Amino acid sequence: MAVVWSILSQLLHIALVLAAAPLLTGGVRWLKARMMGRRGAHPIQPLRDLVKLLRKKPVVAENASAVSLAAPYLAVGAAVAAAALVPTFARGMAFAPLSDFILVAGLLALGRVAMALAGLDVGTPFGGLGASREMSFAALAEPALVVAALTLAILAGTTNLDAIAGAFRDGGLGLRVSLGLALVALLAVAVAENARIPVDNPATHLELTMVHEAMILEASGRHLALWDYAAQLRLLLWLALLAAVFLPLGQAPAGSAPHLWVVGLLAWGMKMAGLALGLAAFESAIAKMRVFRVPEFLGAALLLGLLGAVLLFVSTRLA
Amino acid sequence: MLTALCLIVGLLVLVGAAALPLAGRASGARLVHGITALAGAALVAGGIGGLLGGPEVLHLPFGPPWGPARLAIDPLSAWFLLPLGLSVGCASLFALGGVHGPVAPRLLVPWPIFVAGMALTILAADGFTLLLGFEAMSLASWALVAHDDAQPENRRAARIYLGFAGFGGLALVLAFGVLSGVAGDTAFAALRDAPPEGARAFAVLLLVLAGAGSKAGIAPLHVWLPLAHPAAPSHVSAVMSGAMTKVALYVIARFAFDLMGPAQPFWLGAPLIALGAASAVIGALRANLEDDTKVLLACSTIENIGLIAMGLGLALAFRGADLPALAALAAAAALLHTLNHAVFKTLLFLVAGEVLHGALSRRLDRLGGLIHRMPVTAWAALAGVAAAASLPPLSGFASEWLLLQALLAAWRVGDIAFQMGVAAATALAALAAALAAAAMVRFWGLVFLGRPRTPRAAGAVERTGASQWALLVPAALTILLGLVPGTMLDLAEPALRLMAGTAAPQTGWLAIGAAEGGAQYWPIPVALLLAAAIGLTAWVVRRRAPAGVVPGPAWDCGFIAAPQHLPFGDPASQPSAAGFAQPLRRMLGTSLLGAHEHVAMPGPGETRAAVLTTGFADPAMAVLEGPLPRWRDALTAQAERLRGLSIRQCLGLTFGAVVLMLALLAWLPGR
Repeated sequence: MAVVWSILSQLLHIALVLAAAPLLTGGVRWLKARMMGRRGAHPIQPLRDLVKLLRKKPVVAENASAVSLAAPYLAVGAAVAAAALVPTFARGMAFAPLSDFILVAGLLALGRVAMALAGLDVGTPFGGLGASREMSFAALAEPALVVAALTLAILAGTTNLDAIAGAFRDGGLGLRVSLGLALVALLAVAVAENARIPVDNPATHLELTMVHEAMILEASGRHLALWDYAAQLRLLLWLALLAAVFLPLGQAPAGSAPHLWVVGLLAWGMKMAGLALGLAAFESAIAKMRVFRVPEFLGAALLLGLLGAVLLFVSTRLA
Repeated sequence: MLTALCLIVGLLVLVGAAALPLAGRASGARLVHGITALAGAALVAGGIGGLLGGPEVLHLPFGPPWGPARLAIDPLSAWFLLPLGLSVGCASLFALGGVHGPVAPRLLVPWPIFVAGMALTILAADGFTLLLGFEAMSLASWALVAHDDAQPENRRAARIYLGFAGFGGLALVLAFGVLSGVAGDTAFAALRDAPPEGARAFAVLLLVLAGAGSKAGIAPLHVWLPLAHPAAPSHVSAVMSGAMTKVALYVIARFAFDLMGPAQPFWLGAPLIALGAASAVIGALRANLEDDTKVLLACSTIENIGLIAMGLGLALAFRGADLPALAALAAAAALLHTLNHAVFKTLLFLVAGEVLHGALSRRLDRLGGLIHRMPVTAWAALAGVAAAASLPPLSGFASEWLLLQALLAAWRVGDIAFQMGVAAATALAALAAALAAAAMVRFWGLVFLGRPRTPRAAGAVERTGASQWALLVPAALTILLGLVPGTMLDLAEPALRLMAGTAAPQTGWLAIGAAEGGAQYWPIPVALLLAAAIGLTAWVVRRRAPAGVVPGPAWDCGFIAAPQHLPFGDPASQPSAAGFAQPLRRMLGTSLLGAHEHVAMPGPGETRAAVLTTGFADPAMAVLEGPLPRWRDALTAQAERLRGLSIRQCLGLTFGAVVLMLALLAWLPGR
């Protein structure tokens, strides 16, 4: 029976993630608009946009290669695969043995490389500019991510996300300074990876702020829909990752029957709503920083992550 | 098995000698390359046979005056035959496809000898034979680097390479000297019986790091590599990067894990980890700044060698701290990355060679848009690029996953200074991996995507036949090795037992695991999941969206139309090599590589254009070209004074030296 539940929960998880991604992005936009005193578009507006874009034929540059046509599918595929691995409402899903932290980072890198190559494909200045900035930011975000993973791996004994969530839920690790520092490091990486303020502005086409948008300037129609959907999935994935690791409360344990899933689903919905509210408030409160200030931002995240790991070494020594 | 391998080495030397008359005709050159390609395949077969069979020892009936030359094959040497054979096989196939007439003998004769030298180094079982192979490898590859001596930069590269080769050989001789002590027997069996301790072990390790590490390209002795690898012909660059650096790593592994014995302290791994991390970051960052395809790939080799060195250092540290399972994990990461890197870097260098042949340039700023003109090359290159960028599910990701797992577990060694150092090394390894991804996107994107930057790039042609197969075979292997790392680790098990004392934590051929009950990586299920996700996306889009696309002009951001004399558009409106590198040059290059940007603005009223100059300098190169020649000159000036000595002073000097030697001899046995 446990096998059936694990497969069922995995399928439900994938369906939930696929459906919730546009809603989350729409929700964050709506919350931001309300905080800024505007009425804001309806939270399902991104979904409507996707449907509209899907109906349109894409305009592709004459000298585009197969890369422009294939890259959006690869980006969405990588984002779906990664999102399928991050636990949401229940642990012990069918893909739990696969759900490795470093693998998720690798799949995100795969999507990022697909996007950078699509930006370079036509040979326009903005595409190359966005690609070089995106890859440079990723180079600085990656160490912070891995160092945060180091703290989690020391505490949980593994980099498997399902096992980390389980260890933090049941292990009684309590509140630790190291975990807090790892959380801050991961938050900074999440902000950078999702092209949110203050690293990038997801709502502009202004050249000075452009990183993510610059690469998909050439995309239209279904290709643009796919790029947008991949970005929405990434945002959901990062928030789900933070929720699974740092707020494991309410998650249904491995092998549990469907009645516990309801609790898990409710808890997950509340956690995501809370994180969306936090993101909207954060984005409304601060300004976008200059491109060449980003290394300082991510460097601070790396140092905090390292500090967390070092504190852990020192504290285990004293204990 | 060993006899057959020994005969292959002998055959290669004979082919090298026969190449002199054969070089005059195309068929003769094809014969030489064909035999070398077959020898590569035979070395792979020998490696697999050596891993599956038991160890063998062979005493040759000839050798140095004091004893026979000894050869041996054990799991460690057998494993390193695999990258050597694969790299040599693909490179020879590529060279075979490029022969269209007589080949200069200076290009053909050293090639089989170079391969024979590498094989002999791996098969050697005493110090003399190992040094013989190592020096044959160095000198033959020097001849190949120096083949095009019309270019001043090639002459400089060959000179610096020869200097480093001499230095490396000297350091290795000293390493064998310190290791064998007064007894002076350099047979490996004798060396194993008297393992060094304490300071002597550390001295041996440092000497080996200087000797073999300089050949492998470990910082700070890496500066020759981005000069010499590009100067050689493409198939030679491929083997120098793919195989020769691995042979040097084999020498390090042979000393550190076998000859120095298992009873070494854990901190002996620290220099390898630290230097490996430094090489990884410097190499990856330089790969982002260079604007020559082959130089860029050579810098990426430095990065990968650094990662492998980190794996070896971690294995050494874990073994010293009595954590055999983790030692096996780190050794598995190093061995697997050795093989993976050999395959994908051979592929990428051959791609650079094919691009050089098709579009007549190595400069990123003179290429572009080649995916339309050279599609097979482009897609084969993409496999190698994705592996070098460590993207799942390709081969580079599997080995770097293992390395990161080993780094994440390194805190178990227990010493707090080591823990902190390894935490920093973890961050550096992640930085290097992400920088490598950026470098590979830059390489593939600027060479194959966009618009052609020169008429020659627009008219590029790709070859068919052997040269193309030489790209397709390693590309297929890169994908295959990414899917079956578990099987490869099964194959490497005896080598891991030799290095770590135990096998790597196994979870079957489908997965590789970090530890018992720890994280696992399942490449085939991940590939299937990825394929299913892409298929599902394509299916949904196909159902909902109209088929086909509308072609239109690219959005040129408001640039004016290019003038008539620029048929491919204004090159300034396309990302350039320096432009793509700008963010990383500013973010990391200024502090690590002394990168600088200078804008010369015209004065008021002047009509000339503003000029932006950028550049960077490797700090190790600055030391090499700054203080080192000064010290050399000072030393020479001192030594010159000896010529002015009187006969009495000369005799006194000689007598003093003899007394000193005798005193040393009297003192040594007491130690």
